[in-house]
Amino acid sequence: MVEIGLAGLPSTRWRRARSRLFHVLMWVALAFVVGPALWLVVGVVARALPGWRWNVLTTMSQGTSGGLANAVVGTLVLMAGVLVLAGTSGVLTGIYLSEFAEGSRGVHLVRVAIDVLAGFPSIVLGYVGYVALCVGLGWGFSLLPALMILSFMVVPYIAKSTEAALHQVPTSYREGAEALGMPGGHALRRVVVRTALPGIVTGLLIALSIAGGETAPLLYTAGVTNNLPTWSLLHHPIAYLTYYVWTDWNQPSSAAHVVSYDASLILVVLVLVMLVVARLIVARTQRHAESSA
Amino acid sequence: MIQRAPSTVGETRRDDSSRRVRRAWARREESLWRVGGRVATLVPVGALAFLLVVLAVKAWPAIKVSGWGYLTGSAWLPGSTYGGVEKVHGVAIPVGAHYGAWPLLAGTLQTSAIALIFAVPVSILTAFALTEGLPGRIARPLGFVVEVVAGIPSVIIGLWGVLVLGPFLAHDVYPLVATHVPNVPVLRYFGGSVGYGEGLLTSGLVLGLMIVPIIASTTRDLFLQVPALPQEGARALGMTDAEVARRVTLPWVRSGVIGAAVLGLGRALGETIAVAMVSGSVLGVVSPNLYGTMTTIAATIVSQLDSAATDGTGFAVANLAEAGLLLAAISIAVNLAARAIVRRSGALGAPVGRA
Repeated sequence: MVEIGLAGLPSTRWRRARSRLFHVLMWVALAFVVGPALWLVVGVVARALPGWRWNVLTTMSQGTSGGLANAVVGTLVLMAGVLVLAGTSGVLTGIYLSEFAEGSRGVHLVRVAIDVLAGFPSIVLGYVGYVALCVGLGWGFSLLPALMILSFMVVPYIAKSTEAALHQVPTSYREGAEALGMPGGHALRRVVVRTALPGIVTGLLIALSIAGGETAPLLYTAGVTNNLPTWSLLHHPIAYLTYYVWTDWNQPSSAAHVVSYDASLILVVLVLVMLVVARLIVARTQRHAESSA
Repeated sequence: MIQRAPSTVGETRRDDSSRRVRRAWARREESLWRVGGRVATLVPVGALAFLLVVLAVKAWPAIKVSGWGYLTGSAWLPGSTYGGVEKVHGVAIPVGAHYGAWPLLAGTLQTSAIALIFAVPVSILTAFALTEGLPGRIARPLGFVVEVVAGIPSVIIGLWGVLVLGPFLAHDVYPLVATHVPNVPVLRYFGGSVGYGEGLLTSGLVLGLMIVPIIASTTRDLFLQVPALPQEGARALGMTDAEVARRVTLPWVRSGVIGAAVLGLGRALGETIAVAMVSGSVLGVVSPNLYGTMTTIAATIVSQLDSAATDGTGFAVANLAEAGLLLAAISIAVNLAARAIVRRSGALGAPVGRA
């Protein structure tokens, strides 16, 4: 006789109830994530839109009032500088880790350094930039220390996303290039990197959106000014959008609050545009990959 | 005159030589990439060495003066600016200066713990909703919304936290709990004054909202990698959705989910601006209840560096360096642990946003 003991097991009704509870909790959790996200974006837009004037983009700041042209240009300059500095070194590091790392010495050290740097608190980066570069080397609040600190922050991210993009290039592409007699470097440039380009660009865009939205590393390295950025790398402070959000929200005057909300709106739009573009690139290459497969 | 066909000999030779140049260049190209990459890897290594050396050198005077007492002391006293200078262990410090990082350390750990307690279940359930509860047509845009939260600058989340979320919670949510809690030892912590929305619980929740996207999108990607057969088999055996989730899907990717959670913890520990805006920024006290004002290591560095720079002996800046070193050590330990776990689980270690 085989006895199937059901006595000790939970009843079906109890199990169904638990499953229903699981479904309810699932929706509650989703609401807890999507709700605040929409609340936040709507909250920023609703505060900024009523007082929005387009000349904010064309007039200079007077600290707690006026426009934000200097900050918009400053943020764009910082992002462009990060693209040049962190983009070059990050992409090259990613290529090295993906293509040449096997069996080469010191690669383990590079990987550990990237992991550690990625987890470095951004304010500690800013602190080091301030005491070592701005004060220690006497560079003052200026573009170069700000760019260096921001680049240190996003280089690990760019290197990792580049490496991941290169790893996703199909082996058959590399083998095909080799079978056609392409020299290694030529194949790398014309076949491998070109195929991985959408992934690399996506990583760069996300890194740039991180750099453009950072505050902590810039507060003590970039300084602030009411003027447009100059061409000098040292001794001239540079304005950026997050500074005005951070300083003007709790100033007494309502003009300052408007500056803070306007800066928030511009930042949100800037970041959203970059994330959407990154997303579109991913979606497009995925569709392409599926159709060609 | 005999018309001669134009000679092609010279052209062929020129063509050959240019092809030879091109071929030589093509052979050279690979080593160029290799050398360029090699040089570029010096950037992260050099940057890390630079950061650690500067922090250690700057923190050394503070470590010499305070010793282990730095971790247990609670005072954050810059000393008298005009009271003269005294020598302690060979370091010149302002008279009366005394620094202890215990409240900062406690605040950092408390807010991060609250953030994890909120974010881990919410993220896992959200990942289930995005992979199993919803059709792809709706799940994909919602997944994008989740990823967007990861990209919103922390200063804007802080602004929203202090202007909108904090007052709402303190006015409409916290009193529901705080006024009904009996005044007995453990539960007392959940009662008492709820303040105006700037404090420990608000900071923890804001941090939680910031790390949910990191954990949720990684978890969602992991769930999508779980093969369908075991799940369908479990369902065929009569398991409910909840049982499949708990006994098949989640165990399949457990180490990856743990790795993602610890990565989120790393971000919460180091987050600066949002916490500086919603914590109330009160130095020297550990909040007596769940709602009190406090501060964290990162928020203290950003709010105190300005005034610390006015200390002529440099002792205040040294103490901030020691705080930064402490925070960096915690973050590094947490991140390396997370990456080791994620790597072992075989998931791609590419998080959304900055870890």
